[in-house]
Amino acid sequence: MLSIVVFLPVVAALALLAAPGASDRVVRWTWVAVSALVLALVVALWIGYSPGASGFGYETQVNWIPTVGSGYHVGVDGLSLPLVALTAVLFLSCAVYSLRETHRVRSLAALFLFLETVCLGVFVALDLLLFFVFFDLSIVGMYFVIAGWGHSGAARAAVKFFLYTFLGSLALLLGFIGLYLAASPHTFDMLDLTRQDPMAGKGAVAVLVMLAIVVGLAVKTPTVPVHTWLPPAHVDAPAAGSAILAGVLLKMGTYGFVRIAMPILPQTWRAYAPVILAVGIVSVLYGALVALAQRDFKRMIAYTSVNHMGYVVLAVGAAAMLADTEAQARQLAVTGAVTQMVSHGLITGALFLLSGVLFERGKTYDMASYGGLARQLPAFAGITAVAVFASLGLPGFSGFIAEFQIFTGSIGAAPVPVGFALLGVLITAVLFLRAYQQVFLGPTKTRVAGDLTLTETVAIGPLMLLAVAIGLFPRFLLDVIEPAASVL
Amino acid sequence: MVLWLLVGVPLVAGAALLLGGRRADRAAAPAGLAVSALLLGLAITAALTRPAISAEFLDGMPFALRVDGLSAALVVLVPSVLLAVLAFSVGELGARFFGLMLLFADAMLVTVTATGLVPLLLGWEVMGAASYALIGFHWAEPGRARAGTIAFLATRGADLGLYVAAGAALAGGAGALGLHQLAQLPDGWRDVVAAGVLLAAFGKSAQLPFSFWLSRAMAGPSPVSAMLHSATMVAAGAYLLLRLEPLLGATPWAGWLAMWAGVATALALGAVAVVQRDLKQLLAASTCAQVGFMVLAAGAGAVAGGTAQLVAHAATKSLLFLCAGAWLAALGTQSFPGLRGAARRHPVVGVTFAVGALSLAGLPPLSIWLAKDALLAEVLHRSVPLYLLGLAATALSAAYAGRALTLALSAPAHGDAQRVAIGPWRWAPLLPLAAGAAALGLLALPWLPPLKWPELLASALVAAAAATAAAALVHVRGEVAEQDVLSGWLRLEQAARLAVVRPLDAMASACARFDERVVDGGVRLSAAVATAAARLAGNRLEWSVDGAVRGVARGARAMGRLARRPQTGQLHQYYAQAVVALALLALLLVIL
Repeated sequence: MLSIVVFLPVVAALALLAAPGASDRVVRWTWVAVSALVLALVVALWIGYSPGASGFGYETQVNWIPTVGSGYHVGVDGLSLPLVALTAVLFLSCAVYSLRETHRVRSLAALFLFLETVCLGVFVALDLLLFFVFFDLSIVGMYFVIAGWGHSGAARAAVKFFLYTFLGSLALLLGFIGLYLAASPHTFDMLDLTRQDPMAGKGAVAVLVMLAIVVGLAVKTPTVPVHTWLPPAHVDAPAAGSAILAGVLLKMGTYGFVRIAMPILPQTWRAYAPVILAVGIVSVLYGALVALAQRDFKRMIAYTSVNHMGYVVLAVGAAAMLADTEAQARQLAVTGAVTQMVSHGLITGALFLLSGVLFERGKTYDMASYGGLARQLPAFAGITAVAVFASLGLPGFSGFIAEFQIFTGSIGAAPVPVGFALLGVLITAVLFLRAYQQVFLGPTKTRVAGDLTLTETVAIGPLMLLAVAIGLFPRFLLDVIEPAASVL
Repeated sequence: MVLWLLVGVPLVAGAALLLGGRRADRAAAPAGLAVSALLLGLAITAALTRPAISAEFLDGMPFALRVDGLSAALVVLVPSVLLAVLAFSVGELGARFFGLMLLFADAMLVTVTATGLVPLLLGWEVMGAASYALIGFHWAEPGRARAGTIAFLATRGADLGLYVAAGAALAGGAGALGLHQLAQLPDGWRDVVAAGVLLAAFGKSAQLPFSFWLSRAMAGPSPVSAMLHSATMVAAGAYLLLRLEPLLGATPWAGWLAMWAGVATALALGAVAVVQRDLKQLLAASTCAQVGFMVLAAGAGAVAGGTAQLVAHAATKSLLFLCAGAWLAALGTQSFPGLRGAARRHPVVGVTFAVGALSLAGLPPLSIWLAKDALLAEVLHRSVPLYLLGLAATALSAAYAGRALTLALSAPAHGDAQRVAIGPWRWAPLLPLAAGAAALGLLALPWLPPLKWPELLASALVAAAAATAAAALVHVRGEVAEQDVLSGWLRLEQAARLAVVRPLDAMASACARFDERVVDGGVRLSAAVATAAARLAGNRLEWSVDGAVRGVARGARAMGRLARRPQTGQLHQYYAQAVVALALLALLLVIL
């Protein structure tokens, strides 16, 4: 069942490519229908989810490359199921948003459906090699999206994105091979590796392996200082590409922390947790500060992603520093981290789609060119206001549930540094309100016409509704995450 | 169930009005009034039945609300003021206003019934966001949106104190983050919690040094001011400190800090209020000062007196702001030269304004007189200097209230005061508020600690003397002289700009430059180095490696040619070669 969900989109993509006679209209609606079907299946998975003895549901294990001890092993638990659902939701939103796309629709649809399979694959993979294959393919897919449908500087940004993150994934592969070699019998299976704890007492080797894995994941997350591929990639990517890049692809990095680095290298992770915490805090503050100085709406949102993903890194670092007696705080921090991944995906995905609308209407991302847009585009201004307040962590939205848990859980680990990181919350509020004030309020500067269309509303509205649903009734999400978070 | 309805109905109704947009404008006023009337009924029921509700929220931290004695007072207060304010706004403002006001009131209801930090923070911050939208309500006009932004950011900065408090409470062992658990936390963590709570409360109630945002908040419509200055926002900060009085009691430095901060704000902002030339600015500064008394009360453990002050002030201040709003609409001004004689132009507005101003001045037997005396009596037990400073602040209250009233009653600058038309929706809501401003203090007597006559008399005399002096001064000297520092709210906003905003912006642009030049520059540099290395390898290394390979091939070919030489195909030459080879072998054997 899980495998059907994962591979359905790519099969549809092949079908689209194999039917060159189909009109753009048919292609678009097929894309939407397949994405909707995937989402429906994921909802069914969620409803029927009951983890087995291993902690995973819908587990499948088939021989794949037995000679290197790698299998097709997939399954979902409380850490991955929310991300699988997020992926399905965002891809549907992007499919709906792209209903007005006219440029090489067939290739775009096929590429997005391929990317959907790849992204779902990363989150369900329970084998390091399988994880790596999907992880790498996501880079390839996104490269073509940016290069093929991006703005003027897209080719350059796409190459930078590809090379930078590809280098990161090579480091990741090195780390995986290190784990494989250390295990006996040799295996790439994550659950076997967790049980074996192959790096226990390995000293410097364990540190090197963790360094490789952490660097590989940090590039993808991205954390400071390996984040500079992100702004150009976002600025030049098409809106839907940005939404997937920020909403789903960045989560692969942080998901790797909780799925691979924390459980498979527990001692090393704990020993170096203060470093992780520090990287998280620097990402939070530095990301927020750089975002504050931006004049380009999309670039600003890109930097807030560094800030928001910094909270996740901060939480997984702090969680490992908390003693066993502080189980509640630790679970709170990890739950907050996973919630933040979902929340950031929904909210930033929506913000990038909204920035696409802004560009569509005004032909620029430069905030100083706008003013008083709320008069001409009231619905657009309204939904952006909601997204902005959601993103700055206002209670009632998912961001608060995430950030409150992260901070409340983490403060006990290192009160002063974490308290300092709280300033990131204030700086994001400053930058979002300033940006909103400049673009939407005050006197009108430019003539802009065309409020949100129906498809745009249908694409973006549900993301905000979900953010509110999680903000007001978080139990449906937390009930899934908490059991998995408590074993980390 | 009552409590679920109390917090659920305004949420749903407010959200519906906001989503409806302009289409809902016509239905907004009746819907808003109906909902707030329903809320008032629910609130009275809740105050009498004292319900409690709870729902699972975060792990081990439920969303739990309860109505107890302190909450009951506020739960009834909020819809009462809301009803009056919404009635006042009928016919002028649309669905967006009514929707936001319902959310604003709802957030306050959640805040005052919360039993833990999680629901408290939820209501607390949503209230701040609603105040942003309400202050910047007329966002198209220059400066309005900015005012909302400043107000929101100032309060949100302080709100971070509650996040710290939550983390510290959890680390200290209060797993459910219950408000009643905070006072029992171990030393250290309890101090952190107290510091966070004080910071958040000072920010929300516009105590020093956060007072400037309240001046900016005047950019909102008058009904917003009436609500924000009485039963929500500023009241929330005072409420939080009154609610957590046990925590302040258990942490002595926090109690003293609250007392001193409260009295300092009451004095400083009282002085600011005395010299304001704009009625709304005067009232705003006086709000800071009056809330200062509540903070003082919380620090001194005078919960009953502080609550009485909160309720009495809420009725008084919402009344005064609505009067100012009525005059603004009728006369087109809110500054004093234009408001001279305003109270003579409409009997109901004039009389109710007079009642409000006299109550604000602390004159007997009106509400604020009794409330303030109840709390000052407790302060006297703690510290005589603080009591005397409190009395001095009372004198300032009387001075600014007396001045405002005298100006409003005096003969207008030019000609006689003509009657102006003010509709019944405008004046009718003033009546119940005026009744509250006059009589709530007496009604609260059963809950207040027994009052002593000498103290009551002392404060009444101080207030009467100060008010009379102010009135006399207005008659003799006319307008007060412009005072740079005081008129400009002690330049607090400039100070905040200089101390916080400028460095933040400087740091942000420094970081952005660093990011562009150093961090990304490093990446670009390594890419350039890699490209250069590749070019080098392509041009030189590749060439020489290739050359070496070619050389090896050439050598091999030469050797091959050499090896082909003996292969002549002629037998006699092979024999000769074999003889030479054998001879060499024999020689080798001999030598070895």
